[in-house]
Amino acid sequence: MGGPGAGGLKGLEVTPLGRYLARRLLQFVPTLLGALFILHYLMTVGIQLNGDPARAVFGDRTPSQSQLQAMQRVFGTDDPCFEQAGNPCLTVFVHRLENMAQGDFGVDSRERPVVTLIAEHAPITARLALLAILIELLVGVTAGVLAGLRGGSFWDYVVKVSTTMLVAIPIFVVGAVTQLVLGVEFGSWLKGVGAPDLLTGLFSIAYRTDQPWASLVMPAFVLASLSLATTARLTRTSLMENLRGDYVRTATAKGLTRNRVVGVHALRNSLIPVITNLGISFGNLLAGAVVTEGIFNIRGIGGLVFGAVATGEAATVVSVVTILVLVYLLCNLIIDVLYAVLDPRIRLD
Amino acid sequence: MSDVVLEVRDLTKHFPLTKGIVFKRQVGAVRAVDGVNLTLRRGETLGVVGESGCGKSTLAKLIIGLEKPTSGEILVQGQNLARMRGSALRRARRNIQLVMQDPYTSLNPRMTVGDIVGEPFQIHPEVAPRSDRRRRVGELLELVGLSPDHINRYPHQFSGGQRQRIGIARALALRPEIIVCDEPVSALDLSIQAQVINLLERLQEELGLSYIFIAHDLSVVRHISDRVAVMYLGKIIETGVDTEIYDHPTHPYAQALLSAVPVPDPTLRGLRDQIILEGDVPSPANPPSGCRFRTRCWKAREVCVEQEPALVEREGSAHPSACHFAEERDVVHATD
Amino acid sequence: MTEQVESVISADRSAQAGIERSASLWADAWRDLRRRPVAIASAVVIVLVSSMAAFPWLWTRTDPRDCPIQLSKATPSAAHIFGTNELGCDYYAMTIYGARASIIVALVSTSLVLLVGALVGMAAGFYGGWVDSVLSRLADIFFALPFLLGALVFLSMLRSHSVWTIVLAFAVLGWPPLARIVRASVLATKNMDYVQAARSLGASDRRLLFRHILPNAAAPAIVVATILLGTYVASEATLSYLGIGLQPPEISWGIMIAQGQSYVTSGYPHLLLFPAAFLSATVLAFILLGDALRDALDPKLR
Repeated sequence: MGGPGAGGLKGLEVTPLGRYLARRLLQFVPTLLGALFILHYLMTVGIQLNGDPARAVFGDRTPSQSQLQAMQRVFGTDDPCFEQAGNPCLTVFVHRLENMAQGDFGVDSRERPVVTLIAEHAPITARLALLAILIELLVGVTAGVLAGLRGGSFWDYVVKVSTTMLVAIPIFVVGAVTQLVLGVEFGSWLKGVGAPDLLTGLFSIAYRTDQPWASLVMPAFVLASLSLATTARLTRTSLMENLRGDYVRTATAKGLTRNRVVGVHALRNSLIPVITNLGISFGNLLAGAVVTEGIFNIRGIGGLVFGAVATGEAATVVSVVTILVLVYLLCNLIIDVLYAVLDPRIRLD
Repeated sequence: MSDVVLEVRDLTKHFPLTKGIVFKRQVGAVRAVDGVNLTLRRGETLGVVGESGCGKSTLAKLIIGLEKPTSGEILVQGQNLARMRGSALRRARRNIQLVMQDPYTSLNPRMTVGDIVGEPFQIHPEVAPRSDRRRRVGELLELVGLSPDHINRYPHQFSGGQRQRIGIARALALRPEIIVCDEPVSALDLSIQAQVINLLERLQEELGLSYIFIAHDLSVVRHISDRVAVMYLGKIIETGVDTEIYDHPTHPYAQALLSAVPVPDPTLRGLRDQIILEGDVPSPANPPSGCRFRTRCWKAREVCVEQEPALVEREGSAHPSACHFAEERDVVHATD
Repeated sequence: MTEQVESVISADRSAQAGIERSASLWADAWRDLRRRPVAIASAVVIVLVSSMAAFPWLWTRTDPRDCPIQLSKATPSAAHIFGTNELGCDYYAMTIYGARASIIVALVSTSLVLLVGALVGMAAGFYGGWVDSVLSRLADIFFALPFLLGALVFLSMLRSHSVWTIVLAFAVLGWPPLARIVRASVLATKNMDYVQAARSLGASDRRLLFRHILPNAAAPAIVVATILLGTYVASEATLSYLGIGLQPPEISWGIMIAQGQSYVTSGYPHLLLFPAAFLSATVLAFILLGDALRDALDPKLR
């Protein structure tokens, strides 16, 4: 059991690592194209089955031919292939790919570029995700350490039961109930006693622009809940495993204090799988953020998606999700590559 | 005794080594089996010995048809098994059966003993009518010394030796002429080993079976074999009747191998001519030129690098030996 | 010689003891599960909820769609033990009838995912080579779409949302994890000696797969499928809650929670809490049963 990072830069000269990186990059391209194609195909089939989303924008009004054509051009659904069921519309897909390569992800019904919309809404989502990661680490690791220090203890039991609950109960139920208990009951009580703005912000049932961080704490807790449970369980098992390790016994035998043995030796090694898991759970966090924003009515990227769903702007939904998937895949790639470079123990085949 | 049941001619098996990320190209081959010739007669046991990694198990898989050879012929009753496919191969397989090494993994844990021993009949329904199968399974169990009442038990309810008997019963079901035993006793306790070996010998006498007996344990091989072949790096380097090989080995590798066999007589300890080989077995992907053993051989000369010694009878060897300098050396008995 | 006899006797004795100990992995697991209170409780919850889904009239005589508007938002009472919603519908009856959508979506989606995942995983693991490359790459591509996001796009494309469109979305997007698990266990099983033994007997591919490989590779897939049942109940409710799954007048716990939530601030928490409790209990039961099954089937994990 050596620490990470020892293989570091030297590893780049080793051919297995280079081969691994090359293979990983080569796999990335077809996976990316495939995922983008699935999204494109879903949209194509949807249009072929349900009619043009350009028409849906007008709602009950009957648009004139020129109005409809203009909207079709805006959405990029003016190709005749959209009227032939079963046609995968490959030319449209290639055209979209070209546009994406130039940073053009289409526009919404009011002809605002989707990229601009994302840029407007991303800061809130980024804050939410950042808070969630912090909470996941702080609460998850603390709970895991409490449980792992003494298996079978009261704290171990508490952590076990609560993490099981968190894993099993759907995130929106956790959100709704948190909103009810903390937001409505406790929040209105706080307002009643005239608590400072920061506190009422913390327990507000919706996002408040005057409290851009505090009012996101509760949603972030909800968002973090799922990966928090995994983090706590991982910390627990790996701490327990490490505490049984030979090097911990050696450290204890040397006469180090318990705090030092746990803090410096065992905990540091136990956190390696926890950090790994953090990387893996990032994608779930992204998808979860969309749901959480839906629950708490936060106008981030998730809010953008739901707004588009509600007004029937299918093309915008697909464009936004496409960008999310791109970010998700890129993150996965970066995490994989970082691990290959940083952790010499990783198997490269 | 010239009743040949199996003949193997120039058998080779090369596993390709590939390189490349998207398009694999072959950069070499592991020559697991590299030009092996064997003859097996009716009622005879041919022992194959060698270190692990010398290609014994691949040879067994080739003969049994689990691997397709790269080249060469496997002749059973005049037919080339290596070329057969489909139902012809299926029929030919009835004649050669396999007993595997590990009795704990070679029986499906979810099948009863009756199903395991009866499976050959299900795969080859023409061998026994459905109504007769249960009786035949009972007979087979009895033949290998198990109670037919155990037919509904599962493998984990048996000991290692009993499981190996089940494996033997399965191999006997189709009444084969040839049984390939791939290290059939090396996973068993010593006391159980003897029982299984005795069972195999009894079955050979009763049913006229021919065995190819693959093992790394030289004393077991000596006990059961009529003839012995010694393998090194995918090739047979010495072959002959068991007494010839054991008492008069002529290839340096065979001598080294035999000198390491423990002898039961403690008074001989330290008096024997022990040969300790230096270095590791070369990689089968890149075997040495000429004689494959030359990198570890104390007799190696120029000619060993240039010329590959054929497996033939030589001046210093009454039986086939693949050494340019074959000569007898007694390594089993005391030197004085 | 006496040593030999003794060892045979002792081996025989241990074999005798083995009969009482266990007959097979599944029998072992079954015995183990019966001793776990959590597993029993989960199974009871699942049976109860399934009976609500299949025979709701066993549980209530009230029609959840018969809504006298004058009874709007009544708090729980003897006549309406869960109270009524804003339209005056009996909330208990609604909660009972809400089980059906969850259970149908979960059961059918899981069956489809199990079928597709098992076939793909089996083909990839058993045949290897280019079949494996193509199928694994395909699974990677679907894996690249986060599940809920994919379902969201799929459903936002469709105008009418029934139980079946949700099932379709889940099946299309849900098979890759299962395919991976089945592929891994087929790969591990395919080179086992007993499979090689059957192959050397001349057994056909079909026989090898269905008689030897699948029964021994099925355990992890079944554990995951049990947990998937819970996941799909949760996912259906999540999508319906967000307004892209089932839509009123369909009855679903997700919709009830969404509508109940809007009355929470005006003092009707029961409209949120009853469906939330039923939903959570159902998901929890499936996931805990899956966990227990995993422990029971794989003693190494204990």
